[in-house]
Amino acid sequence: MLAYIIRRVFYAIPILIGVNLLTFALFFVVNTPEDIARMQLGVKRVTPEAIDKWKAERGYDKPLLLNQRMDGLRAVTETIFFEKSARLFVFDFGNADDGRSIGHEIATRMWPSLALALPVFLVGLLVNVTIALLMAFFRATYLDFWGVVLCVAMMSISGLFYIIGGQYLISKLWNLVPISGYAGGLDGFKFLALPVAVGVIGGVGSGARWYRTFFLEEMGKDYVRTARAKGLTENMVMFRHVLKNAMIPILTGVVVVIPTLFMGSLISESFFGIPGLGSYTIDAIQSQDFAIVRAMVFMGSVLYIAGLLLTDISYTLVDPRIRLE
Amino acid sequence: MHYPRLLMLFALLALAGCGEIWNSPYPGSDRLKSILYTSFSERPKHLDPAQSYTSDEAEFTAQIYEPPLQYHYLKRPYELIPATTQEVPRAKLYDAQGRLLPADAPVARVAWSEYDIHIRPGILYQPHPAFARNAKGEPRYLALGEADIRDKYEIADFSETGTRELLAEDYVYEIKRLAHPRFVSPIFGLMSEYIVGLKELAEQLQKDDKEVLAAHEKQYGKPDRGFPWLDLRKYELSGVKVVDSHTYRVRVKGKYPQFIYWLAMPFFAPIPWEADRFYAQRGMNEGRNLTLDWFPVGTGPYMLTENNPNARMVLERNPNFRGEPYPGEGEPGDAAAGLLVDAGKPGPFVERIVFSREKEGIPYWNKFLQGYYDNSGISSDNFDQAVRIDIEGEAALSQQMEERGISLKTSVGTSTFYLAFNYLDPVVGSLSERAKKLRQAVSIAIDWEEFISIFANGRGIPGMGPLPPGIFGYRDGAQGVNAVVYDWVDGKPKRKPIEAAKRLLGEAGFPDGRDQKTGQPLVLYLDTVARGPGDKARLDWYRRQFAKLNIQLEIRATDWNRFQEKIRAGNTQLFFLGWNADYPDPENFMFLLNGAQSRAKTQGENAANYANPVYDRLFEQMKNMDNGSERQAIIDQMVKIAREDAPWVWGYHPKDYALSHAWMKNGKPNNMARNGMKFLRVDTALREKRRAQWNQPLVWPMVLIAVFLVLGSLPAWAGYRRRERMAARAGGAAASQTAVRSG
Repeated sequence: MLAYIIRRVFYAIPILIGVNLLTFALFFVVNTPEDIARMQLGVKRVTPEAIDKWKAERGYDKPLLLNQRMDGLRAVTETIFFEKSARLFVFDFGNADDGRSIGHEIATRMWPSLALALPVFLVGLLVNVTIALLMAFFRATYLDFWGVVLCVAMMSISGLFYIIGGQYLISKLWNLVPISGYAGGLDGFKFLALPVAVGVIGGVGSGARWYRTFFLEEMGKDYVRTARAKGLTENMVMFRHVLKNAMIPILTGVVVVIPTLFMGSLISESFFGIPGLGSYTIDAIQSQDFAIVRAMVFMGSVLYIAGLLLTDISYTLVDPRIRLE
Repeated sequence: MHYPRLLMLFALLALAGCGEIWNSPYPGSDRLKSILYTSFSERPKHLDPAQSYTSDEAEFTAQIYEPPLQYHYLKRPYELIPATTQEVPRAKLYDAQGRLLPADAPVARVAWSEYDIHIRPGILYQPHPAFARNAKGEPRYLALGEADIRDKYEIADFSETGTRELLAEDYVYEIKRLAHPRFVSPIFGLMSEYIVGLKELAEQLQKDDKEVLAAHEKQYGKPDRGFPWLDLRKYELSGVKVVDSHTYRVRVKGKYPQFIYWLAMPFFAPIPWEADRFYAQRGMNEGRNLTLDWFPVGTGPYMLTENNPNARMVLERNPNFRGEPYPGEGEPGDAAAGLLVDAGKPGPFVERIVFSREKEGIPYWNKFLQGYYDNSGISSDNFDQAVRIDIEGEAALSQQMEERGISLKTSVGTSTFYLAFNYLDPVVGSLSERAKKLRQAVSIAIDWEEFISIFANGRGIPGMGPLPPGIFGYRDGAQGVNAVVYDWVDGKPKRKPIEAAKRLLGEAGFPDGRDQKTGQPLVLYLDTVARGPGDKARLDWYRRQFAKLNIQLEIRATDWNRFQEKIRAGNTQLFFLGWNADYPDPENFMFLLNGAQSRAKTQGENAANYANPVYDRLFEQMKNMDNGSERQAIIDQMVKIAREDAPWVWGYHPKDYALSHAWMKNGKPNNMARNGMKFLRVDTALREKRRAQWNQPLVWPMVLIAVFLVLGSLPAWAGYRRRERMAARAGGAAASQTAVRSG
């Protein structure tokens, strides 16, 4: 298995270079280094000299991908792409275009993101699996039918509706928790209760319906019939056999997102005032800060690849027939 | 039997909330403390006074730094008064031979002006480690090694602090910083045109900085930003001199009366060399953000003690601040409005200011209504909830706001929003009679009164020229009406009928919106930044305005970068733009139409590229004059020319609406200065009372939901139990027993 993991890590390098190149190309198709400079310097009284100085100070005065003034390897290394990308592979994110350290921001913003994303993930998983099991248990009854209808209705509603509705109902009308804000430690509970609840409820529709199909598929299999024929209770059938075997497809979708939980939620963090990496990314896109966008896309790619690797490893844990070679 | 117990449980849970607020976003320990709660939506890009220019940033910098001058808190029109100086400096004028000229000497004779700025003694900096000294009296933290910095991430991580007196050399140091190549100050270009020697200093610094950085890179590798330090004290700036410890002199080329307005902006705030030296140590910036741009050092009433622009920023009272008396006079009506109650009392009145970041409008507005923000603006989404317009068109608070004791303050901003015609365009540009009449026709057709009513909720006044109210030269009433677009009827301006616009269009060679030579319909192109479907109504409205004249308007929607690029290149025909005043002087608006400032030709601020030699000549004459009847006469001429030429459709001057709670005292809108927080006062007892009143938690809905969930799950539980007991099929049990027996 170790050889497999090492091989996968090496496979990741060209993928990351490709992702980085794509991000770079997409960003600079829309924004020129001059645009970035103007965005940082503002629009009032900005002279061309100031633009040039700003670009030179931050290394944006070089060619994008190929420096024709240089010979040999320097034609590639003396470019914006190389200078801004090479250090990423040792996780040195450098400074944002406004001069502030990206590594420092990631290190501080990661925790608020996790504080929101982790409970949403765990509680959401528990709730979704429970509801899906219930619907599967009562399959072909009114409970199952109306459960599916409710799930379809819930997944059709925009996530924004849950956020705004939750804020209005829970925080404004009933005054139970703050509308937005964040605090570290135990004080964070009152700020996170609503966004976590909203995140969980917002994900129930799609999650429960999805897991229900896995459970139903498993319940139609021969081994379940055998288990029932042996005289096991429905409870035992569901929890000891169906749930365990349905875990493989569930793991496919679940484990892959675990590392990306660090990246935070783009919308929830903005609405609930949680200073995580999601809102950091949104801010960077709005302010056209290429350094941050590039770092966050790179981080996202690394974490996603890590997630895929973890998924593969988790298969071996839940299904002894699978071996990674 | 269980009902009474259930009811009791309900009652207990409902009572559990009484008296206690659950939805407060602030720690309970801060209740009744003298804290002002406000918000910010955009993280400030710069807090370094050499770089910071936006009004968002000024919310912080204006409380921390003290430039030599400031605007009077209450008086209008805006009046400059000393901040750290003994008096407002007056320019001494000299001719080319160095002879002192009288104050009213003609501009042409003035070779340079000199300002002697006398700083008041005894002003102290905020406590900061840059000033800390050891037992021997040597600087404690100005020669740190990398190991010393390893565990430092906040200013508070440095155990010792110190202070020192504000000196004239600190102001001079900051002026030199404007020329520093690493800071890229936005006003360097402008100031280098005026401050003697600043351009030469910049060249010298650029050269030396390059050498220092190259030498360092060769020896140790690429240095982190801001390092190594360039000691600006060693550099000569010929136009700026320290006269004595509390006096410095600035020499400005020619006559530039607007210079004193710049002295009220943070660009000219003092920076102690120790702070620059402290932050320029190796490792301070990289990964730590220990920079002046992140942790400012000033002499102002507040100091930044928490800088987490992702969530909140906190200003705390500077313990070394001398105390500034609240003004004893203002404009008429201020006394009646209770704005002079604190006259003479030393500010700041509030111990701490907490800025919480609110990126979205809905939570921000709701928190204001709950009393968790002390003041608020009004967005379009909340306008109807906050304000009602009475039958006379005056804005008043809605009943809900009045019941909460919220007050509304309005002021016309020193800004303008306009539609520009690109003078380089062959159809709408140039001074030709044809193009002029076309522009005038469009000016009449676009109904700004309607625009303000629909898209700005009535928050604005139609523009009559480039100058907004409150700026010298602006004329009100019949005298100030734009006769090209309006008639004066019954004591009010009335937009000319559309027939007048059609007549002008016909005279321009486009009768009924068609080119009289080719018969082709007239198509004009509007470049605009469109952000999404929300802009459709506005863009449709623009089309309808042009359709009144049978002109087809093609909208060329683009993103902000391309839009700016097109304007820079002069590749536009029509576009909307705005301008916020830097200072309350007509020059700061009239220069937007000066030919020498053409955006396409010189990258200046005249985005319309308008050029009229007569206007330009008058501008040169007017810009350096002191306010008075002579200047007013020239401004009147310039405004008349601009109205006739119509390079802009004089859109509107936005009105600012600000709401504040009853516990907020001394608030008065100030469009020029942001340093008024030192005079705000909070009645904390009233705030606490209102918050408790407005935010009582309602628990019973949650209990009800829980009960519904429990009741709803009972049939499922029953179904589950039934299934557990159920046999595989009817009679199955008996059949299996039979099978066992026979087996």
